[in-house]
Amino acid sequence: MTTTAIPKRDASMSLAYIVIAFFAFGIGAIAGLLQGLVRGGMIELPDWMNYYQILTAHGVLMALVFTTFFIIGFMISGISKTTGGLSTFSFRAGWIGWALMFFGTAMVVATILLNDASVLYTFYAPLKASPWFYIGAALLIVGTWVAALGMFSAYRRWRKNNPGKMSPLFAFMSIATLVLWMIATLGVAAEVLFQLIPWSFGWVAEVNVLLSRMLFWYFGHPLVYFWLMPAYIAWYVCIPKIIGGKLFSDSLARLAFILLVLFSIPVGFHHQLMEPGISEKWKFIHVILTLAVVVPSLLTAFSMFAVFETAGRRRGAKGLFGWFTKLPWKDVRFFAPMVGMLMFIPAGIGGIINASNQMNAVVHNTIWVVGHFHLTVATSVVLTFFGISYWLVPALTGRKLTKWVNRLGIIQTLIWSVGMLFMSGAMHFMGLLGVPRRTDYTTYMDSEMALGWIPYYQQMAIGGALLFVGGMLMIGIFIYLLCFAPKGQEEYPIAEMEQNAEQTPRILERWRIWLTVAAVLILLAYGYPIFDILQNPAPGSPPLRTW
Amino acid sequence: MHLHKFEKIWLIFGGVTLVAFIIVLAINAFSHGHHPPSDLNRVVPAMVDQTAPFDQPGLVKKGENKYDLNMPSFAFGYAPAEQVIPLGAEVTFRTTSKDVIHGFAIPGTNVNMMVVPGHVNTATTTFTKAGEYMVICNEYCGAGHHMMMAKLVVK
Ligand SMILES: [Cu+2]
Repeated sequence: MTTTAIPKRDASMSLAYIVIAFFAFGIGAIAGLLQGLVRGGMIELPDWMNYYQILTAHGVLMALVFTTFFIIGFMISGISKTTGGLSTFSFRAGWIGWALMFFGTAMVVATILLNDASVLYTFYAPLKASPWFYIGAALLIVGTWVAALGMFSAYRRWRKNNPGKMSPLFAFMSIATLVLWMIATLGVAAEVLFQLIPWSFGWVAEVNVLLSRMLFWYFGHPLVYFWLMPAYIAWYVCIPKIIGGKLFSDSLARLAFILLVLFSIPVGFHHQLMEPGISEKWKFIHVILTLAVVVPSLLTAFSMFAVFETAGRRRGAKGLFGWFTKLPWKDVRFFAPMVGMLMFIPAGIGGIINASNQMNAVVHNTIWVVGHFHLTVATSVVLTFFGISYWLVPALTGRKLTKWVNRLGIIQTLIWSVGMLFMSGAMHFMGLLGVPRRTDYTTYMDSEMALGWIPYYQQMAIGGALLFVGGMLMIGIFIYLLCFAPKGQEEYPIAEMEQNAEQTPRILERWRIWLTVAAVLILLAYGYPIFDILQNPAPGSPPLRTW
Repeated sequence: MHLHKFEKIWLIFGGVTLVAFIIVLAINAFSHGHHPPSDLNRVVPAMVDQTAPFDQPGLVKKGENKYDLNMPSFAFGYAPAEQVIPLGAEVTFRTTSKDVIHGFAIPGTNVNMMVVPGHVNTATTTFTKAGEYMVICNEYCGAGHHMMMAKLVVK
């Protein structure tokens, strides 16, 4: 008899999500390797495959499918763990959500493989993909909503059964993440349902491009926080337990998440800083709101290092920085996310540059941006997801993370990080030279400037190849933990509060208040611009297929 | 809510830095006029070739050392494909798209804008160094995106 860390049926469902996540990750990694080699001028693609097709596949599979499936699967497991198992309703909602997401993904991938949707993962109109691509994307989102309903219900049930108590931190943080996701996806859902689907079927002749972009970026920025917040959950709740510490402060953790929900929603225009049709003043308001997200990041940084220091001192560390050496560096469950956290420091600084009104002009749409999100999402977030997988998969299958796999995991983390340093470093540097992103191999008719960029492309390709090795190693370890690791029990790490911890202010759990504040902020930031676009629309665009 | 003393210091330090940073950005933007390209003019994408000033692409002298370069974008190029610019000139690039979204970037300068169909966009720069520059498309626009360019010769 195997014992799993959460009820067996919940464990199987959570795993079903994570299996799809890693499957998408594997295919996305192959697409990523090919791109790196093509841009380095090292290989040429066969006739039946084009660069932008695999670029679309890479972006969709990595940024949308891998992350979404992993995050929902992880949060389901943690909610089951901390609220005492899922109800039948939550369980069913979880599976229906999975099925919708799966079919949506299958439709999206099929249209990309048919070369009917080489529109990249941002699918900017008036590039017109097959309508089934947009329908697939909509199904993927609707599936997450259904799964989220199940999780909301589990949270509500716990609160009803435990009147007067603060909810478990893991569950609270997951709910905050889902609240952000639900609010944000309303934008892209509106874009896809009301604009792109009718237009791609030919039912309406033209699309308002600026409105579609505003709705997309209303979603596109909180999306990055949807990736980041589950990593923060692991940092706040799971890692303290892994390193033998306690939660630093329950109230600060909750405050950080509320602030993330509030500040990250109404800031999409900073992705549109170089865009016509939006006045300078509106752009500036969004820049201020964007930079406000720095505050919860500062809170998180402080909390994390406070936990590390306290845990290290408990183990007898001396001096100002002695605790640093006392941390369990040889435990991959700590090591992988910790490297991710350290990489988040330069990544965050890059983010501030991107969001700043004038500095953005230097890097906008250059490969710097790609370097930036490979440092934030593909390093900080993904290394944390890897770190979670090392304990979550065996905990869900009733197996053990063995010593040699732990060691292999450390090697895997190192390969991934070095690959990323090479690739992202080259990308950041090239971006400053003005090298564009999302571009096939080119020397711009042998222009002197573009020829000078080639050595950096090669460095980028080497980094990409290392990442591919690290990615495949991760897939191998994942399959081993899923099917072959020895039976046993792996801990599901949920940290406890410090004994003398202060009572958390109850207002942090009054969702009605926070949802109202969020709605007001959204109205302030988007109300007038969208009203203006609807009242006074710019000339529309017919559908176009340029690939 | 209780805050640790060091945490208070950390947050106050962070908050004050942030506010100072935003003030610098604001001064830069609203007092020195360093705004990102935010043109509010519009044009019908299918009518670009018939709409002034895009019906006659090219350089227009606007004053001493001041020029407009009207340069519509399309899949996969710009008109004109090559342009000579006098050294030391302040050039305002004006563009729009005849079809999908494009980018309009000149590496080595501060010109970097989105070209959105239905909208006109403008950016200004001064060329103080002679030589060859490229206008390149840095937003994906289709199968020939990586070939989309124009040449500027400053002399
Ligand atoms: Cu283009």
